[in-house]
Amino acid sequence: MTAATDGDQQDSGRDPGAPLPPLPGHSSRGRLERVLRRGEFAVTAEMDPPDSADADEVYQRAAVFDGWVDAINATDGAGANCHMSSVAICALLTRVGYAPVFQISCRDHNRIAIQGNVLGAAAMGVGNILCLTGDGVEVGDQPQAKPVFDLDGISLLETIRIMRDEKRFLSGRKIASPPEVFLGAAINPFAPPVDYRPLRLAKKIAAGAQFVQSQYCFDLPMLRDYMKRAVDQGLHEECFILIGVGPLASARAARWIREHVPGVHIPEAVIDRLAGAQDQIREGRDLCIELIQQIREVEGVAGIHVMAYRRERLAVEIIEKSAVLGGRRPWKRQQAGQA
Amino acid sequence: MTVRPPVRPRSGLRRWSVRHARLLEWLYEHFETILLRGLRPLWNALRGTRAEKGVIVVEQGVKGLLFDCRMCGSCVLIATGMSCPMTCLKGLRNGPCGGVRADGSCELDAEQPCAWVLAWDGNQRMRRNERIAGLQAPLDHSRRGTSSWLNKAAEWADDGSH
Repeated sequence: MTAATDGDQQDSGRDPGAPLPPLPGHSSRGRLERVLRRGEFAVTAEMDPPDSADADEVYQRAAVFDGWVDAINATDGAGANCHMSSVAICALLTRVGYAPVFQISCRDHNRIAIQGNVLGAAAMGVGNILCLTGDGVEVGDQPQAKPVFDLDGISLLETIRIMRDEKRFLSGRKIASPPEVFLGAAINPFAPPVDYRPLRLAKKIAAGAQFVQSQYCFDLPMLRDYMKRAVDQGLHEECFILIGVGPLASARAARWIREHVPGVHIPEAVIDRLAGAQDQIREGRDLCIELIQQIREVEGVAGIHVMAYRRERLAVEIIEKSAVLGGRRPWKRQQAGQA
Repeated sequence: MTVRPPVRPRSGLRRWSVRHARLLEWLYEHFETILLRGLRPLWNALRGTRAEKGVIVVEQGVKGLLFDCRMCGSCVLIATGMSCPMTCLKGLRNGPCGGVRADGSCELDAEQPCAWVLAWDGNQRMRRNERIAGLQAPLDHSRRGTSSWLNKAAEWADDGSH
């Protein structure tokens, strides 16, 4: 295990919950933007939100990632299933100094609710927002719900960029103190129409994306093709590209995910490798570690985004074993009672 | 095996329109220059009269047949390869979501082609195929059910362009 260096403790203020001092050229006062703009290879992770009204559950789940990631994504009704809201999780996390990524899905909120939530989140110290279209209600546990989709992922980006940079709502009404946020979006290099995907990234950048986090990557040649086209267009210089990774538990689980989770592409070779292994969980972990090490070498990639639904401890083990941080230790919470 | 639901009669023409996106682009550009812009004063005089309803019926009939039009009132077919983005189950107007299936069908309805896979196909056939890269503003829901043609004519009148 790497000894903690003073490294990223530079990214903390006196009060853990307070925004960091502003830096020139930065849109937010958060840690994720600082790490990326310094040129460090960033690691973000997705947190599984609790089905509970207990704040301690949020802190327990976040503690697993403490000192291992640069930001924690709080999903917004992922897969159209209901959990504690993203904005509330982010507000709780900022109180103790974590850098959360507030995910907004267009499925559940119209433009009035979204603009209000953006102001509220920024007031609570949330520095990063990920703009998503969102899964359809049909795939979730409450398919009877009314899908909203008033905005889409791209017009959502543009809406928040206008609020931040032009200090106004969509209606034109003035905003006294604009939200200082680092704006993100999702990409899926692995879904059709594949030729259109790099153009779609360019469109997201034009709409305001400063960083993107991708869908799970299990197909390295496809990623390399996509990144080559992005780099040829200089998109990696306009936007930090983080690639999504996660461990597969077994060949059976992989097949299930491929069939039931929208947008996840898993090549047959990956499933065969898992199926042929004696210990499939271990093989899934090793496969993920190898992928991370290979992704790190792809030109234009600025970091990884780890998604390990309900297997957060394994995610941390993977971050450690892959040595993706290169000896760097991200910010860690100084808890009372510790030295 | 799942039972295939009956194919809606309109879906056949939807694909035809995408395959003939270039022809439709040519037709629309002439329609826009000659009819919409040329007769702008006439269209604007129609607004708010009983004749407006007639225009809506014609627009709905023609575009419903060709594109499965949903009368959003803010038509962008010229920038979406002649595949109507309102037929996307999420109504996405800025490109496909990340859930498109490997065979190009919709994540929510495997029996339907993704409206944006069709759009990309149609766009590649069009002469001015850079328009798909433009950002579409959030849809104005207060225009639902109104005529896009009349709305366009009114916009030109507002900004005084020809």
